[in-house]
Amino acid sequence: MAGPLIEMKGLSKTFRRDSVEIPVLHDINLNVYEGDFISLMGPSGSGKSTLLNIVAGIDRPTGGELRVLDGDLLSMSEDQLASWRNHHVGFVFQHFNLIPVLSAAGNVELPLLLTPLNRKERREHVMTALKLVGLTDRADHYPRQLSGGQEQRVAIARAIVTDPTFVLADEPTGDLDADSATEVMEVLQGLNRQFHKTVLLVTHDPRAASYARIRHYLDKGILVERDS
Amino acid sequence: MKIPLRYNLGSLLARRTGTAMTVVGIGLTVAIFVIMTALVWGLESTFVETGHDNQLIVIRQGSLNETNSYFGRDLFQVVRFLPGVSRGENREPLAFGEIVVNVNHTRIDGENSNFILRGTVEPALALRPEVRLVEGRMFRGGLRELVASRAMSARFPDLALGSTVHLGRSDWNVVGIFESGGSAYDSEAWGDYGAVAQDWDRPVYSSIILRAESDAAAAQIRTRIADDQRINLQAIPQKQYFSDLASASTGIKLLGNFIAVIMGIGACFAAMNMMYGSVMSRTREIATLRAIGFRGRSILASFLLESMIVGCLGGILGCLLALPMHGISAATANFETFSEVLFHFKITPGILLRGILFAVTVGILGGYLPARRAARLRLIDLLRE
Repeated sequence: MAGPLIEMKGLSKTFRRDSVEIPVLHDINLNVYEGDFISLMGPSGSGKSTLLNIVAGIDRPTGGELRVLDGDLLSMSEDQLASWRNHHVGFVFQHFNLIPVLSAAGNVELPLLLTPLNRKERREHVMTALKLVGLTDRADHYPRQLSGGQEQRVAIARAIVTDPTFVLADEPTGDLDADSATEVMEVLQGLNRQFHKTVLLVTHDPRAASYARIRHYLDKGILVERDS
Repeated sequence: MKIPLRYNLGSLLARRTGTAMTVVGIGLTVAIFVIMTALVWGLESTFVETGHDNQLIVIRQGSLNETNSYFGRDLFQVVRFLPGVSRGENREPLAFGEIVVNVNHTRIDGENSNFILRGTVEPALALRPEVRLVEGRMFRGGLRELVASRAMSARFPDLALGSTVHLGRSDWNVVGIFESGGSAYDSEAWGDYGAVAQDWDRPVYSSIILRAESDAAAAQIRTRIADDQRINLQAIPQKQYFSDLASASTGIKLLGNFIAVIMGIGACFAAMNMMYGSVMSRTREIATLRAIGFRGRSILASFLLESMIVGCLGGILGCLLALPMHGISAATANFETFSEVLFHFKITPGILLRGILFAVTVGILGGYLPARRAARLRLIDLLRE
């Protein structure tokens, strides 16, 4: 088996609020391999999103080691991290975070604007991504014209349009009803099974977590167990 | 900058009320700026466009202009035969003595003000080719007849063609109307030198207008007149004479610029307020863009561009609001000659461009701090929000 894409050894994170130190993550040891579909479950405040943000290079750990794709994120500048995220990370947010004044296609195209692709090539990539999530007929619709589940599928299309190394999904079903949540999780599962996309899912929903092949539990910042 | 323009345009439309209010605010500021600039340019060009190369105005030494200059008629003979004075077709020197008096009269609005009555001779028209008689005829020598500029006849009803107006000690008939293409002569009425001098009991000249044969001849004439202590006169190039009179516009220019700067500062704050509100309501979008990989400077450029677009729209609105003022005539007091100066608001393409640039600058200044804030928001804090 090839080495892990993400390797965490003794990772910890402590926040400081005024003079109070709040430990959020403690001694996290976790490896993520290519093609994994991993869910991180836990109650609110358990540190799930913090861990995801650290993997994405958005936040920095206070202690421990973190290697992502054999690179040291901690030594990168903000601009380098931004470029790295564009190439390697597809982010799916709980609240979809679509730009309301851009159409579905416009939203999906955003990450491609940072690549050397020309307009025609970008359009092809956008339509391919929308086809994968089953929304080619909604390309010109604005977010306000889409249902919650459709918005999240557009967000997934945006996350995968650059063919990133891994997809990070932070509570992607948090704002959805049961049917829409199922739609979204089936899309993520399909990306993993058919396209071998590495997915790291953060959720407190057991049904969403059940789509993952490997399930970890975080409780008060400690990785307590694993199911697969 | 890689963030698409349609994002900025869409965002401005999404907040159309705030955008519209800011555009109107900037537009009103630009309208004032353009109108004031057009006023100043109209006033300045009235003087700047008067005068010809190689022509001199001779006035008394120490006088600032014709209205406070006077000298004996005998000196005219000395000046007109100076070497270098150009000759007409009849071989006579192209030099003519004139008298200028300030006349106080009732305007169309019922208020009184001064205007310049110039006593001259018909052959002097040769030295003022910009003056065209457009109605009626020229005054005849020795008679109490006037020609008035069209602008003056509109401002003083008694100077309309065919009117009789009591000036000095006599009644004068207005027999002609002239136009001078916006030069200083548009603020004057003319009559026969002899008739004016007699009516005002001033058997003197205020000035001599002459044409020199060349630049070099004009310089020589100036030197000769300056060096001749007997005659106590000074010769000033005609263009310079009128541009010096343009100092009447200095006060208005300063006032106009001051008003524009004050209003511009206000408009900057309006733009800044709008953009700060826009940034704070779009933190999630900013977070998304940063998470996707857009750098802080792209965010800065995008928000700055948005502010510039608002400024530009305000500039266009302001120019459209100001345009109806183009060509409108107005008057101001010339504190050099103590008479009215008529001028037209002149809105040129250059002034419109300055208005747009002014507005874009307001947009940039007003939008920079909010744009910088947007660029510096920490991604982790944005995501936590």
